[in-house]
Amino acid sequence: MTDASLNTPAHSGKQLSQADAHTKKRNAAEKRFRAYGLSAILIGLFFLVVLFTSIIRSGLPAFTRTVVDVEFTLTQEQFDAAEKELFKTKAYSNLFIAELQGKLGEKGVEVEFDEKAIERLLGKVGSTIREHYKENPDTLGAPVRFELAASSRVDGYFKGRVTRDTLQDSRFLQLSDLDLVDALEEAGVIKQAFNWTFITGTDSGVDNPGGAGIGASVVGSFFMMLVVLALSLPIGVAASIYLEEFAPQNKFTDLIEVNISNLAAVPSIVFGILGLAVFIQFMHLPQSAPLVGGLVLTLMTLPTIIISTRASLKSVPPSIREAALGVGASKMQTVFHHVLPLAMPGILTGTIIGLAQALGETAPLLLIGMVGFVARGYPEGFAQGFTEANSAMPAQIYTWAARADVSFYEKAWGGIIILLAFLLTMNIIAIILRRRFERRW
Amino acid sequence: MPLLWLFLIVLAIAAAGFVLGRGRALASAGGDARALHSLPGYYGWNVALKAMVPGFGLLIVWLLAQPLYVGSTVSSMIPDSAIKDGASRSLLMAEVRRTADGLDAAVAQDLITARDAADPDADIAALTDKLKEAGQIVTAEITQPVLTAAQRYRDLNAKGAFAMLIAVVAVALAGAFYGVNEARAEFRARNVVENGVRALLIAAASVAILTTLGIVLSLVFNTVEFFRLYPASNFFFGTSWAPSFSGRGGASDLGVLPLLWGTFYISIVALAVAVPIGLFAAIYLSEYAGPKVRAVAKPLLEVLAGIPTIVYGLFALLTVGPLLVSVFGDEGLGWMQAGTAVMTAGLVMGIMLIPFVSSLSDDIINAVPQAMRDGSYGLGATQSETIRQVVLPAALPGIVGAILLAASRAIGETMIVVLGAGAAARLSLNPFEAMTTVTAKIVSQLTGDADFASPEALVAFALGMTLFVLTLGLNVFALYIVRKYREQYE
Repeated sequence: MTDASLNTPAHSGKQLSQADAHTKKRNAAEKRFRAYGLSAILIGLFFLVVLFTSIIRSGLPAFTRTVVDVEFTLTQEQFDAAEKELFKTKAYSNLFIAELQGKLGEKGVEVEFDEKAIERLLGKVGSTIREHYKENPDTLGAPVRFELAASSRVDGYFKGRVTRDTLQDSRFLQLSDLDLVDALEEAGVIKQAFNWTFITGTDSGVDNPGGAGIGASVVGSFFMMLVVLALSLPIGVAASIYLEEFAPQNKFTDLIEVNISNLAAVPSIVFGILGLAVFIQFMHLPQSAPLVGGLVLTLMTLPTIIISTRASLKSVPPSIREAALGVGASKMQTVFHHVLPLAMPGILTGTIIGLAQALGETAPLLLIGMVGFVARGYPEGFAQGFTEANSAMPAQIYTWAARADVSFYEKAWGGIIILLAFLLTMNIIAIILRRRFERRW
Repeated sequence: MPLLWLFLIVLAIAAAGFVLGRGRALASAGGDARALHSLPGYYGWNVALKAMVPGFGLLIVWLLAQPLYVGSTVSSMIPDSAIKDGASRSLLMAEVRRTADGLDAAVAQDLITARDAADPDADIAALTDKLKEAGQIVTAEITQPVLTAAQRYRDLNAKGAFAMLIAVVAVALAGAFYGVNEARAEFRARNVVENGVRALLIAAASVAILTTLGIVLSLVFNTVEFFRLYPASNFFFGTSWAPSFSGRGGASDLGVLPLLWGTFYISIVALAVAVPIGLFAAIYLSEYAGPKVRAVAKPLLEVLAGIPTIVYGLFALLTVGPLLVSVFGDEGLGWMQAGTAVMTAGLVMGIMLIPFVSSLSDDIINAVPQAMRDGSYGLGATQSETIRQVVLPAALPGIVGAILLAASRAIGETMIVVLGAGAAARLSLNPFEAMTTVTAKIVSQLTGDADFASPEALVAFALGMTLFVLTLGLNVFALYIVRKYREQYE
């Protein structure tokens, strides 16, 4: 369309079919401008790709762990003999080592190792085995498969985090141990397995990155979201109904409107300050409790939910209201029996998106003490889930990222994958709801 | 969990009241619903609301008031002589509260009997040992006044909880009784219920005002408290930020200028990344892209906005930081010492803000009427000339508003700077140096070990106030610009 105008001669006495210098310049400028726009989009998408590849590349190793998988048989006599020893776990360790050496011999792999090396690789093997047989004495004499988690440095060796060049001999791992690891790998004893502990487990201390799991903080996030849902949905819907359907045009309504739009733009950390000052210092609610986190996130999510609820109430055509009023319904009945049900899909979509936002929010949780708390256990019951100190997913990720040990970074990335999986699910549900139930009037 | 039980009891009273009220209204009309003023359900709802609203209202008020009352009563009975030099009454009260919690926990674990815990002549040393055994953190030794106060505290709290149970149930029952009594055929139940529901709706809408009020009050009170301990002029004009870690204060330099500089510097870097990319992306999407490209690229860009900030923080710390170091660090150009720097945080924050700028600008550019473009094309302008000379000037107020909103986002952003910008407060022009921001320092001052009453912790509230005023000012200014300079098209 514009080409026609571009090819018209700018100066007289020139060929129509030949573009003069000025036109060429203008066309080049046009091309450049277009290229800027395209490259801006490509840069944006490039960042997206880089972000996701680095999340996936760094996070996936958190889902596997290195285990030593051995079949072990302990006879009744060996058990009795070991129980008579002074150092019982040492006796079990020695039995285990003998067994392992036998296994390696069968496979034709020759390697020298002692009990200390095994302890550096696998931790206290003896006590694990002893506990198993103490609890299940009936398995004595039959072969039992043990899956023993390797230490985080051995794990790092397998995942390329630790190499022979970077490893320095320490009481945690020595260079000679890597020979043993290689030998075990050759014999097929040591391998990578899916790390269920990471998903179901609880956070470990600073010294045990291998055993850290995100399970407890998922539960903490879950309780927080329950609080947010139970408070922000009714309050948000009620507030929107009032503002959209009943509120008269006056100063008070204006005040509410201004407040809502300002709250939507207040930085989340300020809500954390509010939570700290009001809920913890003033009301003395328990620190680090999902209840407090939920309350703070509720206040933060409310503007989002109110804005989306008002939009979906507004999209219900006035004819519905008029029809209801026409057959004698009161204003309240019109809203609750007719407008609200029709607006519900939109409201639910907005609520889910608000919840997803709240789920990923970290800054306010920092201030109410959810970071730095080591979530070592699951809450004991439903009610305790709200009041007992716990962590939440983003807070847990931050805690891991802030720890000095590099092995925790892998956990932090893995936690992000789980967090994003939750967010993705919630958003997909919201999209499906919208597609399935949204009505075009 | 007695609170949960209390909640359920009130609900049960309301449910029973609903059935009773409905039944009584029907009975008064001889079982013929047509003789009633309202639908039978409204008589039930009338009773239920009259039981629930006062019941829950009293519950909430009581829960808020009891700690205040107990706190002031107990605090007034601690003699002045019991307060050590340098310590404050609030510090001692915290100890009392800890001791009381410890006693509760010890009783719950059966380590001491309830009678021992309340015994005023208890042996303090033995009790301390018991508390330690119960896993309670107790300061070195409990003094007699603290123990007495803690016991009084427990006593008052237990009595208060019991009184609350009685009062709430009584109020709920009274309300239900009153409502059931009202349920007669001629009673205008629907009007009453609808007015009640309307009042509840107004209350829900007022939560927004309460939240703002809560934010402002908690910031103002603590900020005033801070300025009582630390001169305001030193805070606003001090060029050095060096909080002492002793917890006693006194020697701390708490000047806000280095933090503000860090905040602005990082925000400027972020905007320098986000504004050109976001703006050009918006222009391309709204003016050049076909519907197919638009349908794919727009949501993909908006994914960037949906990613939690903690993810960006980690991305800055672990991916972008090391990457920048490998280019600008000692092995490359030698400008950068460590991965955490203004550049790291600014770059990542810019990525976060791209969709923010692009979708806001996209809406604004789309709102420019097609007739203006057509007029420009008609005069022989190319598409880019039209955009630069017609569309963008028309959309400028909106775009400036969007950029200001993005700037307010950048200033208030926390996780990226906490993880990516470093912790050193300095006034420097080098973007490859670590700097820190207002938000990052709020976090570090409030999550440290500093006592809440010390200037080192209270400064966080003054910082929060600064941040709140800054972002609010930017938002109001953005709205003002949009409103004032907006072109009105038919």
